[in-house]
Amino acid sequence: MTAEQIIFFLTAALILVSALMVVTTRNLVHAALWLIATLFGGAVLFATLDAAFLAVVQVVVYIGAIAIMFIFVVMLTRRDLLAKASQTNAGWPWAALVAIGTLAGLVFLSGQMPNAGAQKAALVGDPLVALSTALVSPDAYVLAFEVASIMLLAALVGAVYIANRK
Amino acid sequence: MVPLSWYLFLSAALFSIGLYGVLARKNVIAILLGIELMLNAANINLVSFWRYGSTAQMGGQVFAIIVFAVAAAEVAVGLALVIAVYRTRKTLTADELDLMKW
Repeated sequence: MTAEQIIFFLTAALILVSALMVVTTRNLVHAALWLIATLFGGAVLFATLDAAFLAVVQVVVYIGAIAIMFIFVVMLTRRDLLAKASQTNAGWPWAALVAIGTLAGLVFLSGQMPNAGAQKAALVGDPLVALSTALVSPDAYVLAFEVASIMLLAALVGAVYIANRK
Repeated sequence: MVPLSWYLFLSAALFSIGLYGVLARKNVIAILLGIELMLNAANINLVSFWRYGSTAQMGGQVFAIIVFAVAAAEVAVGLALVIAVYRTRKTLTADELDLMKW
């Protein structure tokens, strides 16, 4: 087993265990903290995939902003459901069935892919330079980038309006 | 070495766990946490397809960044709705938020 495989298996175990804790734990503050562990595993995966910028963005935006916002909202709202009845609704076996069916279908389709056994090719040039050029180049993704920025601005203005309503 | 399929299997498992969370949990905030897991699984898929395909084509990473923006917008609006709903209805149980059901 190579070092890369060992790192992959450790990261996969961290991601799957903490994701299961996110959907099963009773206390929502704990669920948000387990979400941070899952997202950190995702950042490690991005680093092993040579996407250094995305690994940093995952830590700064997801862990630094989104997960902390979840913790704030959990603390702002009453901790109902904590000590009371079950955390899952009556149809949870059906939900588990749907999830397992989705997992089986996705694994089957992934295994069928012609390049499923592909290995990493050597990198051509610096992917960070290529990514930053692609984001602002008119013949690449500048339109998608600007639309995403406007959507983010609209969403933030809308969020302030909705949460602030008297 | 790690083949592409391992990343795809991991992301499929993460997506299914998130899907279970969205379908089974009662609390609205827990449902949003499940959606975060599913978006993260999609991101892992996008980046691994970029790395194992042609790395000169940056589409995979660019759309992973756009998924980050979508996730941030979704969380901002979703949590604002949670706060607004909690202020008026004093509950966060999805079953009890049946104002628009008839």
